[in-house]
Amino acid sequence: MPLRAKVASTVSRTAAALSRAAGRGDGSVIGGWLGLKIDPELLAHLAAGRQIALVSGTNGKTTTRLATAAVGVRGEVATNSFGANMPTGHTSALAKAGATPYAVLEVDEHYLAQVIAATTPRVVALLNLSRDQLDRAKEVAMMAQLWREALRSVTDVAVIANADDPMVVWAAGTAARVTWFSAGQRWTDDSWVCPECGAHIAREPQPDGPTGAGGAAWHCTGCALRRPDPQWTVEDEGVVDPHGRWHKVELQLPGRVNVGNAATALAVAAEFGIRPEQAVVRLGEVTSVAGRYAQVQRDGRTIRLLLAKNPASWLEAFDMAAEAPTLLSINARDPDGLDTSWLFDVDFAPLRGRDVLITGDRAYDLAVRLEVNAVPFRHVPTLAEAVRTVPPGRLEVIANYTAFQDIRAELDRVL
Amino acid sequence: MSSDRGNRPAPRPAPRPASATESALRIAWVYPDLLSTYGDRGNLLILASRAARRGFPVEPVEVRSDQPLPTGADIYLLGGGEDGPQALAAQRLLADGGLHRAVDAGSVVFAVCAGYQLLGTSFYAKGAQCAGLELLDLHSDRGPSRAVGELAGTVDPRLRLATLTGFENHGGRTHLGGGSAPLAKVSVGVGNDGATEGAWRGKVLGTYAHGPALSRNPGLADLLLRWAVGVDALPRLDDGWPDRLRGERLAAVGAA
Repeated sequence: MPLRAKVASTVSRTAAALSRAAGRGDGSVIGGWLGLKIDPELLAHLAAGRQIALVSGTNGKTTTRLATAAVGVRGEVATNSFGANMPTGHTSALAKAGATPYAVLEVDEHYLAQVIAATTPRVVALLNLSRDQLDRAKEVAMMAQLWREALRSVTDVAVIANADDPMVVWAAGTAARVTWFSAGQRWTDDSWVCPECGAHIAREPQPDGPTGAGGAAWHCTGCALRRPDPQWTVEDEGVVDPHGRWHKVELQLPGRVNVGNAATALAVAAEFGIRPEQAVVRLGEVTSVAGRYAQVQRDGRTIRLLLAKNPASWLEAFDMAAEAPTLLSINARDPDGLDTSWLFDVDFAPLRGRDVLITGDRAYDLAVRLEVNAVPFRHVPTLAEAVRTVPPGRLEVIANYTAFQDIRAELDRVL
Repeated sequence: MSSDRGNRPAPRPAPRPASATESALRIAWVYPDLLSTYGDRGNLLILASRAARRGFPVEPVEVRSDQPLPTGADIYLLGGGEDGPQALAAQRLLADGGLHRAVDAGSVVFAVCAGYQLLGTSFYAKGAQCAGLELLDLHSDRGPSRAVGELAGTVDPRLRLATLTGFENHGGRTHLGGGSAPLAKVSVGVGNDGATEGAWRGKVLGTYAHGPALSRNPGLADLLLRWAVGVDALPRLDDGWPDRLRGERLAAVGAA
């Protein structure tokens, strides 16, 4: 590493430590930002000599965490699965990890081209593309176009892509080599129009129902774009590999959706020469991802935290939440997006029949949505109040970004 | 399990024979494949829910942009969209002609954001002027900056509605001619031009309050239903939650 990069890397680490000591987050952004100021090539220098997998998509944190565990079979892995997912966050994560033979980095979908250029990855995994916070994000088709351009220019990278998302299939169409996986697609409202020709995309019904993990066949009614045959699929509580062998997946993370994430992680690991039999054991050791899925005991209740930050991840959270009293918490602060319109993009019907409680800054927006959705609910002012009013046993909590942080902070204070 | 998005992925073919559905209130959501960015389905769900709670059978119809527009619906809804889809939707609606026939026949039209702009004589999309449907007397151009945030205003007293509240997110500015009246006088936000917000003429009404605008404005939802059914009053509903939401939003922007 050149001297300038070494200095920048050290400054980056020190700043991150200072930021953590000062209680200002995990330091992953500020450290990386300072480092990149001193050496704009720092990310490339830090990436050099490592075998890297990039993971991108609207909801990529959990898959990144699982892929990190799987690649860990081979040696030490640097990752940002607990931190920021833009280049400053990657710089910080690599600097903090020191020299590791491997790295698995989650990449904000806007930055994929830039991070591919900087890190020359061996593997790029493309998960899904859906609306996130539209008051600032680019539209979905434009994002897919950016991915196409990014992949067109690299020839020696193994792309692993989701066969169930037409936007991702189209985006991966320029890649030299693609391995397809099927992890299902619960959220389909951003891919009814073909990105290639503008015609309608026709879908078969989901083979195992709307909450299943199996992908449904789809094809464009106007051109040749259609679902490719996936090499990695989910079957029962396991994953089928490209040789047709089934591997039982025993996760501590909830829901069919995470079995799908496991399939992706195994596909990533396979590109590093790791057999699924070896990797699958490591997946079972993952208990939480940046506080998500974490379980907390309080007053005889087992509280499990699920983060849902966009319509696609709300549908996944309904799949993961057990049949138990469920608290929903909604804020609309800057990191969440100020607009709560998306509540009407989510169908809350799967929650019918449960004891549903609501809280958060924007609980009234949610109340109106649930009333229209014919989902009975109770409004509670705080998490503590929710805990008091449900019987001992499990309480599932689904919250969007800052509401999730608030609840984590409240639980930390008490414990 | 019954869900509130039952019509996808195979919308009912349109049009349907009038005799089969004479008693149902027909609500057509126009081109959700083009004009649906952020919670736009909400207006359909809210109208259907408020009608159903009063015992009116409701028949929602989602009309894709490659289908002919059914002429017999009671209410037509147009949502928001990006520039490209907005221009395409306007072209297809002009070519189809169904929305004009429906308005001539007395149907109700409720449009938000991009859908609102394309009801005027012209609008800008991707840097070019596009022909609108001329169902409202207005035209739209580009503003100096994007208008993003809370929107509130005092509604035209002839409509007898409470303060309008919503969230706006648009780059355009809209200029009204004499043939349409503003929906509201802006107290918070930008709306059409910082002074007025939205427009209406007959039973055609548009607003920049985007997405599920009716969630915060149950009175406006009922106005559309009254227009559609042809009555001056509807049985009252318990609007405790929408009222709390309204109170909180208006207080948050100092417009309570």
